[in-house]
Amino acid sequence: MSNGTAVTAEKSFFEEGTTKQKTGILSWLLSTDHKRIGIMYLVTITIFFFVAALIGVLMRLELIAPGETIMEAQTYNTLFTLHGVIMIFLFIIPGIPAIFGNFFLPLQIGAEDVAFPRLNLLSYWIYLGGSVLVLLSLFMQGGPIDTGWTFYVPYSVRTTTSVSLPLFAAFILGFSSILTGLNFITTIHRMRAPGMGFFRMPLFVWSTYATAWIQVIATPVIAITILLVILERVFGVGIFDPSLGGDPLLFQHMFWIYSHPAVYIMILPAMGVVSEIIPTFSRRTIFGYGPIAMSSLAIAFVGYLVWAHHMFTSGISDTARVLFSLLTYIVALPSGVKIFNWVATMYKGSIDPKPPFIWVMSFIFLFSIGGLTGLVVGSITADIHLHDTYFVVAHFHYVMFGGTGTIVFAALYYWLPKMFGRMYNMKWANINAALFFIAFNLLYFPKFILGYMGMPRRYYDYLPEFTDLQVISTIGSWVMIITLFSIFFNLYNGIRKGPIAHANPWGGVTLEWQTTSPPPLLNFDRKITVEHEPYDFSQLKELDYESK
Amino acid sequence: MSQSDSAAIGHVHRDDIGAKMGMWVFLFTEVLLFGGMFLVYAVYRFQHPELFKLAAFELNTALGTFNTIVLLTSSLTMVLAIVAIQKNKKKLSLFYLASTVGFALVFMAVKYFEWTAKFSHGIYPGSDELLSRQNGEILFFGLYFIMTGLHALHVIIGVIIILFLYVFVKRGKVTHDNYVKLENGGLYWHLVDLIWIFLFPLFYLIH
Amino acid sequence: MEQGNTEHKEHSHGYGLYVLVWLGLIALTSITVTVAGVDFGNIALPIALFIAAIKSGLVINYFMHIKFEEPIFKVFLLLSGMTLLVIFILTFFDVFYR
Repeated sequence: MSNGTAVTAEKSFFEEGTTKQKTGILSWLLSTDHKRIGIMYLVTITIFFFVAALIGVLMRLELIAPGETIMEAQTYNTLFTLHGVIMIFLFIIPGIPAIFGNFFLPLQIGAEDVAFPRLNLLSYWIYLGGSVLVLLSLFMQGGPIDTGWTFYVPYSVRTTTSVSLPLFAAFILGFSSILTGLNFITTIHRMRAPGMGFFRMPLFVWSTYATAWIQVIATPVIAITILLVILERVFGVGIFDPSLGGDPLLFQHMFWIYSHPAVYIMILPAMGVVSEIIPTFSRRTIFGYGPIAMSSLAIAFVGYLVWAHHMFTSGISDTARVLFSLLTYIVALPSGVKIFNWVATMYKGSIDPKPPFIWVMSFIFLFSIGGLTGLVVGSITADIHLHDTYFVVAHFHYVMFGGTGTIVFAALYYWLPKMFGRMYNMKWANINAALFFIAFNLLYFPKFILGYMGMPRRYYDYLPEFTDLQVISTIGSWVMIITLFSIFFNLYNGIRKGPIAHANPWGGVTLEWQTTSPPPLLNFDRKITVEHEPYDFSQLKELDYESK
Repeated sequence: MSQSDSAAIGHVHRDDIGAKMGMWVFLFTEVLLFGGMFLVYAVYRFQHPELFKLAAFELNTALGTFNTIVLLTSSLTMVLAIVAIQKNKKKLSLFYLASTVGFALVFMAVKYFEWTAKFSHGIYPGSDELLSRQNGEILFFGLYFIMTGLHALHVIIGVIIILFLYVFVKRGKVTHDNYVKLENGGLYWHLVDLIWIFLFPLFYLIH
Repeated sequence: MEQGNTEHKEHSHGYGLYVLVWLGLIALTSITVTVAGVDFGNIALPIALFIAAIKSGLVINYFMHIKFEEPIFKVFLLLSGMTLLVIFILTFFDVFYR
């Protein structure tokens, strides 16, 4: 910092680990270093992302023409279930917190590690165990699960496909999520460097904090719901089965009591990453630090009040429908606060359109469409027409993939030089960003129109009049998968043999840019004392940053 | 992973408040877990008030009351074990921990007799006797078995934790100036008690 | 909230306080069992829950030591308690009016 300590040639965390073995697979699998755990999550989650993406491509291929094209209806049922289960439970929920939260949360608050490093490793192992169970369930008697990722009763209690095992896997994965959240909450409260008050924390830390609370408070509800369904299947206990007096709507309530806040587990960390990237590439302090930080907590809180908007056509009471519709609109407020503050940050900034920034621009556009169409389905009257159609499918892909997915890439482009000490090819990064944007809209925008015209979701067949738009969407899926592989190879090549990256390639001022790339085992070569506000770019002179 | 691994890189840091904070956050997840089941209970009791009453008559209030007192007493001995270690009375602390386990085993034994009595009357999930009854009663007994069963599972986990703590105290890993492990184990045990405090009136005291 | 070794502040209480709390809990248990024998009609459940709430208050404050912990612990407790309450209330907006 101000004393201008020279960066000594210390060993990076790749060269020095926490295990007795210095190298080899065990030095990773047994490592309690938050950076190694973050990278292990990165590798595992990348694999599952590509598996689920390829399943998505197969589904689109089936839909290229009406009628049975390449698979039977039952296969299609299995594929959309797997696509949902893998994308949600194995990719997007752990995604940003587990990869970037693990790697950068301690760095950004100037800590050596998380509060409970061994628990952190356990959390990874549980994640791995849960994902193995998901895969195992595909080969169980009865065939792979076909309920959709929502596991609605009574079908999930009665179907003969293998439901209990993937449900148990989701239960296990919940533990991983809870332990990560618990770890982050304690880390943020107890491990901040001297001088870093709560209101000097980077906004990514704030959003991770809000996310961690949702993980801790919401996940147990799905855990118990899942457990009840398993017990009902295995022991015939009457809980949700209507023939035994059970109330299937109660299952839906409990499912969404978790799964709606879970939507914010997915999007909040992404919003945090956006709040990091925009100031860095605008060379301007964030506009409205306080409101952005508070809006994360507000979203986390309001996220608990809106779950039944997934059930407008399920037969819940009119009073509840009106109430939940009203409450749903409230979510738009804190989300709007964020969007406007981001845009205001860019105003009169010195914008440097490097790849991470371009991805963020793409995010703002796609996420806004996702968010605004959310208001459409949030109103009862419109939802009765649009419920369970492609419109909803398009809406949540714009939010989840266009929102969080885009930001997973933005975060990779932003932090990859810090994680691996190497840079990717900028030109290809820009081309891929543009391709992604085109492919995305080609793939998902037709679904808005299809849904409005009445195309229901989860069908492997459709009426001939939907053919044109379905074909456009399928072509979009091809461009998308090519782009995804192109992104992968560009980043992979960068990691393997890209040019060496400096400690601070973008001119960021949060703490992770004030250590070497990649960082040493204990993150910093000196005691950290925080003397600046989080986005004070006047520090750049002290940090000897030269923009070329 | 053992202690020596983290010692090898020389940054074992001790933060008792942080450890307790982590434990409390974990306890919240337990509260929400049982909270979900209490929600199911609330909805079904609201939908079938009379049948819940009818079914509850078959539970043995005397045994339930006895178990409540046993569990409350085990909570007392648990907290006394911490006081003892604070005063550096290792033997006394071990005695209290052992009695906590003893009370827990009594609780489990009573639970065992309650359940087997129900089973011998043909009341267990999916039994013909139970299925011949009305919906509200099926739901009541379904919830009874699941909620007390899950609670019993927590008692067993609690016993295992306390046994570990017993060994820690005995071997001097938990001492009068480093007893946060004992406190956290205690927190878990009190949570088990806390849940029973609500289960008891909701199942045994509906008249 | 600095990083480093923050060890216990001592709030050592004697055995007496806890025995007293235990006696209170036993007393409340006998009250709730006795009261359950009387037919209070609709308010029987609220009475039972009220007594259970007092009992849990005693356990949380004394046995679980929350009374003597840092304020942030109380905020956390309030937060999760409120969440549970909100979930119950909103679910009953459906169940009650259905």
